[in-house]
Amino acid sequence: MKSDTIAAIATAMTASGIGIVRISGEESFAVIDRIYRSPSGKKLSGEESHTIHYGFIYDGDEPIDEVMVLLMKAPHSYTKEDSVEIDCHGGVYVMKRILETVVKYGARPAEPGEFTKRAFLNGRIDLAQAESVIDLIQAKNEFALKASLNQLKGAASREIKQIREKILYEIAYIESALDDPEHISLDGYGEHLSGIMEETGTEIQKLLDSADNGRMLKEGINTVILGKPNAGKSSLLNLLVGEDRAIVTDIAGTTRDILEEQIQLNGISLNIIDTAGIRNTSDVVEQIGVEKAKEYAKNADLIIYVIDASTPLDENDFAIMDLLQEKQAVVLLNKSDLEEKTTEEEVGKYLYQKILSVSARENTGMEELENTIREMFFQGEILLNDEVYLTNVRHKNSLQEALDSIHLVLQSIQNRMPEDFYSIDLMNAYEVLGAIIGESVEDDLVNEIFQKFCMGK
Amino acid sequence: MKRKDLKVSVKNLLEETYDVCVVGAGHAGCEAALACARLGMETIIFTVSIDSIAMMPCNPNIGGTSKGHLVREVDALGGEMGKNIDRTFIQSKMLNKSKGPAVHSLRAQADKAEYSSRMRQTLQETEHLTIRQAEVSEIVTDEENRITGVKTVSGALYHCKAAVLCTGTYLRARCLTGEMITHTGPNGLQAANHLTESLLAHGIEMYRFKTGTPARIDKRSIDFSKMEEQFGDETVVPFSFTTDPKEVQKEQVSCWLTYTNEKTHEIIRNNLDRSPIYAGIIEGTGPRYCPSIEDKVVRFADKDRHQIFIEPEGIHTNEMYIGGMSSSLPEDVQHQMYRTLPGLENAKIVRNAYAIEYDCINPKQLYPSLEFKKIPGLFSGGQFNGSSGYEEAACQGLIAGINAAMKILKRNYLILDRSEAYIGVLIDDLVTKGNKEPYRMMTSRAEYRLLLRQDNADLRLTKKGYEVGLISKERYDWVCRKEAMISKEIERVNGVKVGANQEVQALMEQYGSIPLNTGTFLCELIRRPELDYDKLAPIDPEREALPEEVAQQVNIRIKYDGYIRRQVKQVEHFKKLEKKKLPQDFDYHEISGLRIEAVQKLNELQPLSIGQASRISGVTPADVSVILVYLEQLKYLNPDLFYQLQGDSASKGGEREEK
Repeated sequence: MKSDTIAAIATAMTASGIGIVRISGEESFAVIDRIYRSPSGKKLSGEESHTIHYGFIYDGDEPIDEVMVLLMKAPHSYTKEDSVEIDCHGGVYVMKRILETVVKYGARPAEPGEFTKRAFLNGRIDLAQAESVIDLIQAKNEFALKASLNQLKGAASREIKQIREKILYEIAYIESALDDPEHISLDGYGEHLSGIMEETGTEIQKLLDSADNGRMLKEGINTVILGKPNAGKSSLLNLLVGEDRAIVTDIAGTTRDILEEQIQLNGISLNIIDTAGIRNTSDVVEQIGVEKAKEYAKNADLIIYVIDASTPLDENDFAIMDLLQEKQAVVLLNKSDLEEKTTEEEVGKYLYQKILSVSARENTGMEELENTIREMFFQGEILLNDEVYLTNVRHKNSLQEALDSIHLVLQSIQNRMPEDFYSIDLMNAYEVLGAIIGESVEDDLVNEIFQKFCMGK
Repeated sequence: MKRKDLKVSVKNLLEETYDVCVVGAGHAGCEAALACARLGMETIIFTVSIDSIAMMPCNPNIGGTSKGHLVREVDALGGEMGKNIDRTFIQSKMLNKSKGPAVHSLRAQADKAEYSSRMRQTLQETEHLTIRQAEVSEIVTDEENRITGVKTVSGALYHCKAAVLCTGTYLRARCLTGEMITHTGPNGLQAANHLTESLLAHGIEMYRFKTGTPARIDKRSIDFSKMEEQFGDETVVPFSFTTDPKEVQKEQVSCWLTYTNEKTHEIIRNNLDRSPIYAGIIEGTGPRYCPSIEDKVVRFADKDRHQIFIEPEGIHTNEMYIGGMSSSLPEDVQHQMYRTLPGLENAKIVRNAYAIEYDCINPKQLYPSLEFKKIPGLFSGGQFNGSSGYEEAACQGLIAGINAAMKILKRNYLILDRSEAYIGVLIDDLVTKGNKEPYRMMTSRAEYRLLLRQDNADLRLTKKGYEVGLISKERYDWVCRKEAMISKEIERVNGVKVGANQEVQALMEQYGSIPLNTGTFLCELIRRPELDYDKLAPIDPEREALPEEVAQQVNIRIKYDGYIRRQVKQVEHFKKLEKKKLPQDFDYHEISGLRIEAVQKLNELQPLSIGQASRISGVTPADVSVILVYLEQLKYLNPDLFYQLQGDSASKGGEREEK
């Protein structure tokens, strides 16, 4: 089990001047001692509370960044626990790297809202604030859970599922044999399991590598562009992406599949999904695209709804408006350069979200769009972007823990430990891998035993 | 005039008053009644047949993997099962000896008749205990739904302050052998057909479960030369910590192993349409871990044979139990089927195999004390709670009985948590997760099993048994002394250095262990798989002679130190959440921020602690965080309730009554 010292990035994950990584818990000072090097060689655990120190963060021998470290001893900190703040250079990469290093050397990534929760449970925040604490925890968790699943690429998720199935089968085999030793034998099993563990270890290592180079996770806010056919969705995407990715024609229904692009909008990463226009259609291929678009809209963190201002609102627009209820969305009145048939006032009757006038063809109103999105995500209660990055760190942490567990199994086999010891670490691997794909353990093992193995009596 | 007559006639019906009424005298009922009576409660135990007290209607053994743990725990708390089997066993085996100590499990073949008769004798000789042959048909409650008594079919009323229901498989029981259906309990005994209705009228949710038993075959008709003989252990380990090991070294009876074959499976497959399960006649849910032979053949079609154990049912009977071949196929198919097994070609069936269906409850209606949430004073244990197995029943009966007494005495309930005992795991699983089939104990259900070993049940639980009042001061003092000896010896051994001298190298060589390059610590050598504490005695000159049970503990704790430490750490975390108590009869709608599913589940179950809440399926970690924050808010909003909760009142007997 990892310690109960937690870490997170405390500032927005943007290319700002300064970033803060925060650590809280009993081992905060031990952790910082392991990764901080001062020019004078001093150890921070010996220093006074509320002092600030210049130095460098190292991952082993590799220097990560030049930093200032602020020490706060319990109970004089936000969480009332021993806390450390690392002020580093801003920038997504550096902050992530520092957080990963902190986690590698003994902290664990904080759960959503965990700093605030600790602050409250330790009596730091008063009652009046409690309600908002609850909301925050719930909202952050909901988002994190969704993000965790949405971000995980299909292949990675399938891979993890397969590894888990394999591990569960082996635990069930061991446990059936322990439960019914007269029916199921474990003779020579250690050798058999050794092979499977080597294989599983390699598979998890591959996943870890892919997490490092970004092949496992889609980082960013899932953004879906909606609008009836030929409203200008693809032109908008091209503008945002800066290259001709979507095919733009003036024939309604050109975008039949779903296009996906990742863009940086002043430091916020958006996963932009361009969809087929929503309209009643009999074209089968296009129909599939429409269904998919609706599905994506349901799971989106942000919807950009493009209205063709040069045509009046019709049934297709109203169908889209239904999808927008209770969603974070921006409404764009496109083609503002043409004669206006649909006005801001009219749309405002149906939707409460922010409405902007733009022209994709003239490239006007884009700056306003960017600012609006930034505002939505940075001034809101929840810094969605941070959760996205944190999810990545949590996933990596879980994979690493699973890999460690697999190595412990191998070690147990090598040390000729009795077989019942194997299942302790196997179960741990099964659990942490489950956390990545949002599956808990529940009665999996007992079910697997009964299903796969014939018990006696 | 007429009215007066009626009153007189009512008065003439029998009325008696006791502290506790126990309904049922199986393995749960016996433990419950003994515990209550031994704690000074005037107790009456009801059974439909005095001759079936502590009857074993299925397998002729006590213990087995994880069940052996339960028996030892029952013993450490002051229960009877371990003592009873130590005096009536005819073969004994420690299972899983080649595996780690956590999964060593004791199993003994019982002389069924002896087992039952000795338990009956113990009941008869216990002060404050009355045995009555009668079928209980009603529970009686007051206007606040508290238990005040039970009624029998004859109309007799027994007033009581608490009652324990241990009705086993008797409620509306129905036995099936192929097309033949009889409305009887196990072994053709009378079923109890009335109580269910009374329970339903009190708002209790009932389930219908099913289980089964194989045929018994006349020993004289079996050709044992075609089977493999299964012997007992050379040195027998007793179940009870109070039994002198010398007393259990006696001549043992063998069991026998044979196999089914393709012919057996063919007969079964050809007659599946006549099996009540496959014909859809059986409505109850059966256990997956104890499938009938027809289930095994269908579900594991790729297996060409199944192991079958032939076990004696006692010394003074010819009946042999056919372990692994329970069935509900018709009589004629059974005759053909059993005779396909090597050694059973001429087998004569004494009793047919059958499936049995019975009523039991949804155990989520119980607190971990095994008291009904809605009916204060009513407790229950055993198969009635949806479990299966003699040992599972006994331990619940013991806990239900103890807590019925604690309630009357207004003392703290005995609630064991998942880190303290298999009993704790079993009860927590039942009352928190509920069950869709008869629940059987398994070592894999115990997440801290390395700590919950059968060898240390006395160290874990004797103190609790002593505090309850079922363990003598003398026995408790011995456990304290034992613990002190263990700690002292571990401390000494951890400091013992071993040089790489000739004597040491010779010992290493003797056990095929790698010779030392340099000096090391004795504890490091104990951790080598081929060595242990005892084997290293020759190179440990300072060692004093210690009782074997002390040496065993020293060895285990040193050998598996790393793993044990890890689990201890996990337990610390677990305990933190268990200690955070939650209010009862609470409407979780009051906590804003909980998801709807969580609110429903929490309202239904009314968990006692944050820990229990976290184990409810459908309650997420985020929900748990929200409840934690709410609890903290209580400190300001309702300080009285907050401090009452943290004062552990939810587990106090009688507390809910006063509310």
